Amino acid sequence: MRRKFVRALGGVALAVAVAAAAGCQESGGGGDTGGGGAQNCSGKIALFGALTGGDAGLVLPSVNGVELAIEQFKAANQGCNVELTKFDTQGAPDQATPIANRVAADQGYVAVIGGAFSGESKATMPIYEAAGLVMISQSATATELTAAGNKSFHRVVGNDGTQSAAAVAYIKNVLKAAKPFVIDDGTTYGQGIIAGVKKGLGTVAGEDRVQKDQQNFDATISKIRQAGADVVAYGGYTNEAAPLLKQMRAAGITAKFLGFDGLYDPNFPTGAGAAGEGAVVTCPCLPASEAGGTFSADYQKKYGQPPGNYGAEGFDAATIILEGLKAGKVTRADMLAWVDSYDKQGVSKAIKFDQTGDVDKSKVVIWAYEIKDGEWKPQQKLTIS
Amino acid sequence: MNFAELIGHLGQHTVDGLSKGAIYALVALGYTLVYGVLKLINFAHSEVFMIGTFAVVGAWTLMGATDNPPFGTMILLLVGGLIAGVAASGATAVAVERIAYRRLRRMNAPPLIFLITAIGVSLVLSETFGLWQGRLVKGMPNVLPRKVVFTIGNTTIDNRQLLTVVAALVMMFALDQFINRTRYGRGVRAVAQSPDTAALMGVNKDRVIVLIFLLGGLLAGAAALLYNVRYGNTRFNVGFLLGLKAFTAAVLGGIGNLRGALLGGLLLGVVEVYAATLTSSAWEDVAAFVVLVVVLLFRPTGLLGESLGRARA
Repeated sequence: MRRKFVRALGGVALAVAVAAAAGCQESGGGGDTGGGGAQNCSGKIALFGALTGGDAGLVLPSVNGVELAIEQFKAANQGCNVELTKFDTQGAPDQATPIANRVAADQGYVAVIGGAFSGESKATMPIYEAAGLVMISQSATATELTAAGNKSFHRVVGNDGTQSAAAVAYIKNVLKAAKPFVIDDGTTYGQGIIAGVKKGLGTVAGEDRVQKDQQNFDATISKIRQAGADVVAYGGYTNEAAPLLKQMRAAGITAKFLGFDGLYDPNFPTGAGAAGEGAVVTCPCLPASEAGGTFSADYQKKYGQPPGNYGAEGFDAATIILEGLKAGKVTRADMLAWVDSYDKQGVSKAIKFDQTGDVDKSKVVIWAYEIKDGEWKPQQKLTIS
Repeated sequence: MNFAELIGHLGQHTVDGLSKGAIYALVALGYTLVYGVLKLINFAHSEVFMIGTFAVVGAWTLMGATDNPPFGTMILLLVGGLIAGVAASGATAVAVERIAYRRLRRMNAPPLIFLITAIGVSLVLSETFGLWQGRLVKGMPNVLPRKVVFTIGNTTIDNRQLLTVVAALVMMFALDQFINRTRYGRGVRAVAQSPDTAALMGVNKDRVIVLIFLLGGLLAGAAALLYNVRYGNTRFNVGFLLGLKAFTAAVLGGIGNLRGALLGGLLLGVVEVYAATLTSSAWEDVAAFVVLVVVLLFRPTGLLGESLGRARA
């Protein structure tokens, strides 16, 4: 009885193994014919970023932008079977890494949109590079990402080097700060941008570094007060910045609060409440009203709200890949070459990548946004000095 | 290392630290009470606190709280918040005892089992609130606007700091009196010293255990109100780090010892603020745990030793 059972189990295992092997072969064969076909324009695109969690508000509009681009593409090109798979990393590098390995191993994927944040992009860039998969990020801005010589990584936003230069000019010329205080959250992104700001400013009145998920900022606030700061610049995300700003204001500190694109998130004004009024962020992203073509109107029609932060950039990132598919670039190598040589006007800006994967610096636009009546409103376009 | 800043404003940093530590101390009392009697760590206590913070927000929303309310409304909001927080936290603590402890205790389960069930309850509660209330920081109106009450030299003390520290001291004193002077307190001490003998003497052990969970919950509810007044935000995982710190405070002062929990909490708050001033806020947890390790090396039972049962001696 027992032996029979073992034999049956062995038989089942063997059958599963054979089926799995056949499955592999089949998908491999499918890929081959795909590459050989003249008019093929189908492919799978992976997207990764924080789709849930405290910082998801920063990412979701760009995901909407991507989905809008794909929907329009499919409507215009009936024969093309484009499939988008969204992976939720919650913005954490350790969650993004296993996802990257899975995407890299599935030969069906021809391109990756993301990562939305710098930390997760940095962690997964080598994996995608080894797999020959092109990455186009809509919002990862840390300067170091394109400084490492990674072949895979591209981004349709300006980097933090450009952004911090603009922020420094803003602090000096518009806010006319005498005693700026800088804070970062220790992430790749926060540390990078604050380092740039500090370098640009020369001297700061004081500085601090907070931790991810920190909730009480007594010590930070005490430092700000002792420094007599008139401007507080914060490099990081909403999850920590909203309570910090709230506690700052409750403690009676009236210094101007300046954030960066990491806070250009609808949840920031909500989380900070009344304390958020008058807070300013800089962002290498375009106000919705300034986007080119019919993008703003289309987005408004589909989602019933104006495109949020990075919506236009997400649309552009997806468009580059979709046009590549249409041109028959259905292998990873062809797609990478296509993106490298891409040169067209997008809805957010003219897109042409340089050697490092950064978008042409002269085309980058940086805007300052201010919280008015609990919402982000474009304040002014910044000049990069 | 910014020694000039620390020395220059030593008084201010100490006051900041004490008021931060007072909240740790109140939560730490919950850990210490349960440990003193059951010799078990109730890891679900952090969620008892978390639910308190949400209950306070809920009550404030229902009462239509706004920023900077007039004095009368403010008192009403504080009292309403206190009642809601204390009721919710107390009820949660008693429920935790019912669900995660009582049945297992009757079956004489080994201590490790309780540890796991408590962690399980803790995760269930925090994830439930994560799903229900969202995972974002939840803001709330600034009910008690900051006002500097008095200034000594270059040290300013504001009304919130005063409220937090005084409230913690008063509650600590009341609890100490309760345990040491009342009939219920005598029962608690008896069970802590020797559960079997206490049972022979006619002390109802189950009732004593429910009582200590309830007391811990009530204090956590009060701590939740103070936390909301002072920090103005909460979130589904607010209890995790704070619970860990409070547990550390309890161990630092000597777990099972009520006065130890207060001392440990205040000390931990001060150490954290000092460390953050010297370096950056990112280092405050490191400093807190370094102090814990160093203290335990020399006094393995904590600063004041374990002694709920011997509190009278």
